[in-house]
Amino acid sequence: MKVQSSIEEAIKDIQDGASIMVGGFGIVGIPEKLIDGLLRKGTKNLTIISNNCGIDDYALGTLLSTRQIRKMVASYVGENKEFERQFLSGELELEFVPQGTLAERIRAGGAGIPAFYTPAGVGTKLAEGKEVRTFNGKEYVLETALTADFAFVKAQAGDTAGNLVYNKTSCNFNPMMAAAGKMTVAEVEELLEVGKLDPNFIHTPGIYVQRVIACSGYEKRIERRTVRASGGN
Amino acid sequence: MSLTREQIAQRAAQEIESGFYVNLGIGIPTLVANFIPKDKHVVLQSENGLLGIGPYPTEAEVDPELINAGKETITMTAGASVFSSAESFAMIRGGHINLSILGGMEVSVGGDLANWVVPGKMVKGPGGAMDLVHGAQRVVVIMEHCSKNGQPKIVDSCSLPLTGKGVVNRIITDMAVIDVAETGLVLKEIAHGYTVEDVQRVTGPKLSIDSQLKAVAVL
Repeated sequence: MKVQSSIEEAIKDIQDGASIMVGGFGIVGIPEKLIDGLLRKGTKNLTIISNNCGIDDYALGTLLSTRQIRKMVASYVGENKEFERQFLSGELELEFVPQGTLAERIRAGGAGIPAFYTPAGVGTKLAEGKEVRTFNGKEYVLETALTADFAFVKAQAGDTAGNLVYNKTSCNFNPMMAAAGKMTVAEVEELLEVGKLDPNFIHTPGIYVQRVIACSGYEKRIERRTVRASGGN
Repeated sequence: MSLTREQIAQRAAQEIESGFYVNLGIGIPTLVANFIPKDKHVVLQSENGLLGIGPYPTEAEVDPELINAGKETITMTAGASVFSSAESFAMIRGGHINLSILGGMEVSVGGDLANWVVPGKMVKGPGGAMDLVHGAQRVVVIMEHCSKNGQPKIVDSCSLPLTGKGVVNRIITDMAVIDVAETGLVLKEIAHGYTVEDVQRVTGPKLSIDSQLKAVAVL
């Protein structure tokens, strides 16, 4: 049975030193409740693979303040003062990956592709020490696949078979991470019986999801609330 | 007179043709959307997984799960689509985006771009810029012509760590529009009130002057 009765149960076997992929872009589509669970559990020395690292007092940022993260693999971490402090003092290891390369390394990890060539980063610091090869007159850098002990993903709806549906731009890194995690835990706002989701509109097939848990009380904070006047443009 | 941020954005919007799929970077590039004429059909891509960025929402329309790559709340146009980050960068890397407009710290005579890190300052990360500069069919950089202390940002060789090598097609600044050509930099347009000499004085490499040199057309 994939359905979990509590967040504690869903993450019970995560050990210190584990690697965890965490879905989301900025703080949209993040597995809020599973991150909270890790905070309560106090698991340490984590390697976190996620596009960003939350903000100071929310999302992955909370795990920084408790010093639970040892290494971060990300494309952009500019929203977080504590991140800056720990990185500059050498307490936190950081691997920067161009965003598209990060997405593709995770996709490759879940798809059985050990490595691939991409133009992104050629001739920059991020390609130093990596194999560069020319195809059709253009240079490409070899990037390797990423997998992780666990993947935490967040979906709008899921069913008891682990099929998932995302809402708008909360999709982002979640589908690839679901496939690349050895143990993928999905938190969903709405958990349905098998057969209730239209097979035509499933984003992540259940084969990638080992555990699913229904959660409620989402905070869904907004990083940059930008609005226009009513009726204006 | 130096162009304002809005005027730079206005000039950059002239790069966009009807039917284009366009990715706009964070900062002044985001403002470009405000200057796309209504009669042009343009689809804006956001690398966090959306084709069809609409205007900012009204208070009532704000949706915490609908943001652009600058993490601002947005809306979607009719005909929009959402997808994963892998799909998003597949369409970027695969050459399906007609134009990428992004900010810059330095551009070299060979079209190298530096825009993601200043050594000694906090490193925020490259985000999607390294992918965009290689994937988009055309790359336009918009930036101030000089740094805050008056140094040229268009240089023979970038002193800052690169985002991409030989990737920039055109530079739009508060003083000029300059193309990166095989033969070097070509001055295409000058902002009202400046001379060729004014622009050359604050540009590192020698500029060649386009035979059709004209004034930047902005309001």
